[in-house]
Amino acid sequence: MKSAVIVFPGSNRERDVARAIAVVVGTKPDMVWHADRELPAGTDLVVLPGGFSYGDYLRCGAIAARAPIMAAVRAHAQKGGLVLGICNGFQILCEAGLLPGVLMRNARLKFICREVFLRVERSDTPFSRRYNAGDVIRVPVAHGEGNYIADADTITRLEGEGRILFRYTSPEGELDPAWNYNGATNAIAGILSENLNVLGLMPHPENHVDPIVGPVDGRGFFESIKSALEAA
Amino acid sequence: MIPNEPKITPELVAGHGLKPDEYERFRALIGREPSFTELGIVSAMWNEHCSYKSSKVHLRTLPTKAPWVIQGPGENAGVIDIGDGLACVFKMESHNHPSFIEPYQGAATGVGGILRDVFTMGARPIACLNSLRFGSPNHPRTKSLVAGVVAGIGGYGNSFGVPTVGGSVGFHSRYDGNILVNAMAVGIAEKDRIFYAKATGIGRPVVYLGSKTGRDGIHGATMASAGFGDNSEEKRPTVQVGDPFSEKLLLEACLQIMRSGCVIAIQDMGAAGLTCSAVEMGAKGDLGVDLNLDSVPTREEGMSAYEMMLSESQERMLMVLKPEKEKEAEAIFRKWGLDFAVVGKTTSTKRFIVRHGGDVMADLPIKELGDEAPEYQRPFAEPNKQPALDAASIPSPVSTLQALERLIASPDLCSKRWVWQQYDHLILGNTVQRPGGDAAVIRVGEGPKALAMTTDVTPRYCEADPYEGGKQAVAETWRNLTAVGARPLAVTDNLNFGNPERPEIMGQFVHCVRGIGDACRALDFPVVSGNVSLYNETNGRAILPTPTIGGVGLLDDLSKSVNLAFKRSGEAILLIGEIGGWLGQSSFLATILGREEGAPPPVDLAAEKRTGDLIRSLIGERLLTATHDLSDGGLLVAIAEMAIAAGIGAALEAPPIGVPAHAFWFGEDQARYVVTAAVVDLPKIETMCAKAGAKVRHLGRTGGSQLTLPGEHPILVSTLQARHESWLPEYMGSPA
Repeated sequence: MKSAVIVFPGSNRERDVARAIAVVVGTKPDMVWHADRELPAGTDLVVLPGGFSYGDYLRCGAIAARAPIMAAVRAHAQKGGLVLGICNGFQILCEAGLLPGVLMRNARLKFICREVFLRVERSDTPFSRRYNAGDVIRVPVAHGEGNYIADADTITRLEGEGRILFRYTSPEGELDPAWNYNGATNAIAGILSENLNVLGLMPHPENHVDPIVGPVDGRGFFESIKSALEAA
Repeated sequence: MIPNEPKITPELVAGHGLKPDEYERFRALIGREPSFTELGIVSAMWNEHCSYKSSKVHLRTLPTKAPWVIQGPGENAGVIDIGDGLACVFKMESHNHPSFIEPYQGAATGVGGILRDVFTMGARPIACLNSLRFGSPNHPRTKSLVAGVVAGIGGYGNSFGVPTVGGSVGFHSRYDGNILVNAMAVGIAEKDRIFYAKATGIGRPVVYLGSKTGRDGIHGATMASAGFGDNSEEKRPTVQVGDPFSEKLLLEACLQIMRSGCVIAIQDMGAAGLTCSAVEMGAKGDLGVDLNLDSVPTREEGMSAYEMMLSESQERMLMVLKPEKEKEAEAIFRKWGLDFAVVGKTTSTKRFIVRHGGDVMADLPIKELGDEAPEYQRPFAEPNKQPALDAASIPSPVSTLQALERLIASPDLCSKRWVWQQYDHLILGNTVQRPGGDAAVIRVGEGPKALAMTTDVTPRYCEADPYEGGKQAVAETWRNLTAVGARPLAVTDNLNFGNPERPEIMGQFVHCVRGIGDACRALDFPVVSGNVSLYNETNGRAILPTPTIGGVGLLDDLSKSVNLAFKRSGEAILLIGEIGGWLGQSSFLATILGREEGAPPPVDLAAEKRTGDLIRSLIGERLLTATHDLSDGGLLVAIAEMAIAAGIGAALEAPPIGVPAHAFWFGEDQARYVVTAAVVDLPKIETMCAKAGAKVRHLGRTGGSQLTLPGEHPILVSTLQARHESWLPEYMGSPA
């Protein structure tokens, strides 16, 4: 499995995700600078990492979405290649039009860093095949703008097409506003593209792969990607 | 030299914070009237914040050496050896005045400044901590200051990409007009690749890097060297504005440029900006510096030499580069989109020359600017120590558990989750122990080593007895590191006091420093960096003396680290250390009875050492399943915190005969720990304790869902937890 992590000025979880991939999958990703125009030959998975690209002084992800490397990322996605955007990466994917909707300021108007519970909505995607539908996993979030919003038609379509992969729930997997910390529409934590090859999510599975620092519920996420690529 | 505009008058001199005799001293030093720019430069170099003129003579008494100390005080940060070719670089610094004037930016730039201090030395920051003191919760400004400061600390650290993993938050009416924001940063460097400010070589390029220079923060250091009056709002323009994005780029560019071998000397532009950094680089290297301000990248048109020299715009660095590597260095900075400009050169003259628009704006002897700064042996008064209180004379509560419930829901002892959830404490993926425990534990590289870190001080102890309070701050730091299983290595101190020109304040300072020195010597815990913040007062009312101590310790094997949460039912709960019963200056006395009275608990440093070393051996033998140091609130608060963290209850035994129950449960005697252990391990533990000469007392057993005390109505752990978690969100009016 060959992966590429895109580094924008202001990215700051690129090392976290690169380490998680190395630990879980066993191969180190290439780090690709935002000003490059091509992905390394043979790239299977492109990762847009967390952080504050360009300081996020404009709308989060808005400038990064127009970086030189993004044309190659878009082409990779259009060919059916896997693209994963985590946190700021999710925001960038929305700004780039690779995913619908937008991430607004958290409903409580504060940055929030804590563990959350995610319900895995389906297991037949490249990002979730090592989980079972209905599994509840524990992973952290760390963001100020993770409140997913889209127009009613888009939400209806996402729901209808089964493109919501993760939702914030109680530890028992129940929908409950008290566990939906950022106030996201329908408790949406992660969504897929139509072809299921592009995923954006706010939480950080890459920070929960190592028993030394916490639970390891995030491992299944990277194992899923590996097994999907091997099966392909 | 151009003629002076404006003219130098006594009023202008006073407006620069220089006393008449200080000005005369400067005039005599240069043998003429200074230019306006020179007046600005000297005011920046000789203010309290930069020159430590009131504190230096006392700071020299602190122990700063140990075999593992690579760099003690005097550089951007302290450096200690942590083995395997690695060094830990750390420091704490205050941003009190700016944070009171403009909480978000003041706190944010405090974090930015301390991070720069650490990466200037070649270290990649791995963690931040902070120590915050706010006014009474009832004061009308407190809530907005808490909101602003916490958002500012998070806003900077979260974006920069360093986990904020620990600290403390306290409230007291004595901070109503002057809050404290002390920020600490910890980084890791290769031991043989530490970078210093000392310039070497003549004719080498002096290079300006980072963000452009603007008109923000002019006179920030002078502002930080005066007390507040009623018009502190008007000082808002002296507060800088932070840009964590630029700082993140500056970090990556600096570390890359250092790896490439381009750098001879490096100094960040912090307080007093370009002035302080250029003078320090030259003075430390016995060299002159010739600056041409026409080359300085500026944010606005028409900035004067005076403004450029005093600007405290953030995210800027000054470097002396190897001439043959200049192009390579420039390419690295251009890649990261940062400004890079050669603004001067080193000279053999030991003069600090500033040119602008073809004129010489300043021409000063560089060594004297630093070394000849005034140094004061200020008069100090012996503190008015409070007498010890007899615990038996203090009324006992109707219900011990109800008193506990109130204590753990009080502003000082309640959960600070609302605060630290706004800090990214998980980024970088090395946070082994998260906020909320005795000390944070951060993995080094891929392990098995880890660093433990904490900040501590009990200001009301320091107020009642500055010497014992100074000792206690160090001892508590040492205990907190010990409690997670770390070997305490060194500290950084952030000494926050009122106006040193008042003998009673100077007395607090002198005695706190003596206490810190004695404790650090006894515990082999040297001071390697620090910061002094004086003039923390408003309209003549000083803050509580607050010598914050930031400590770092090392774990050789992080798998042996323990935290404070109960682990399972049926385990023994033990007190290691004396039974105690000291209620003077306790949280119980202050919170339940509304009295801040008596002498604080004395610190027996030999007992601290003995007990702490024992705890570390017990942890090393994997005999303890949870450990918690005893401090604010005493024994019962500590046990409640251990229960809350686990959601497991405990059945406690009655207190010993001869000690009033409330003194036993809420006394704040030092050199003590509460631990849990499997029952089968008790004989081993007791043997080791006996050998070390430490007392052990059985307190009860873990288990169930409630906390029970003989003769009292039990309380559910879930109730305690709800109470513990509720105060701050309710006060702030928003959920965590």
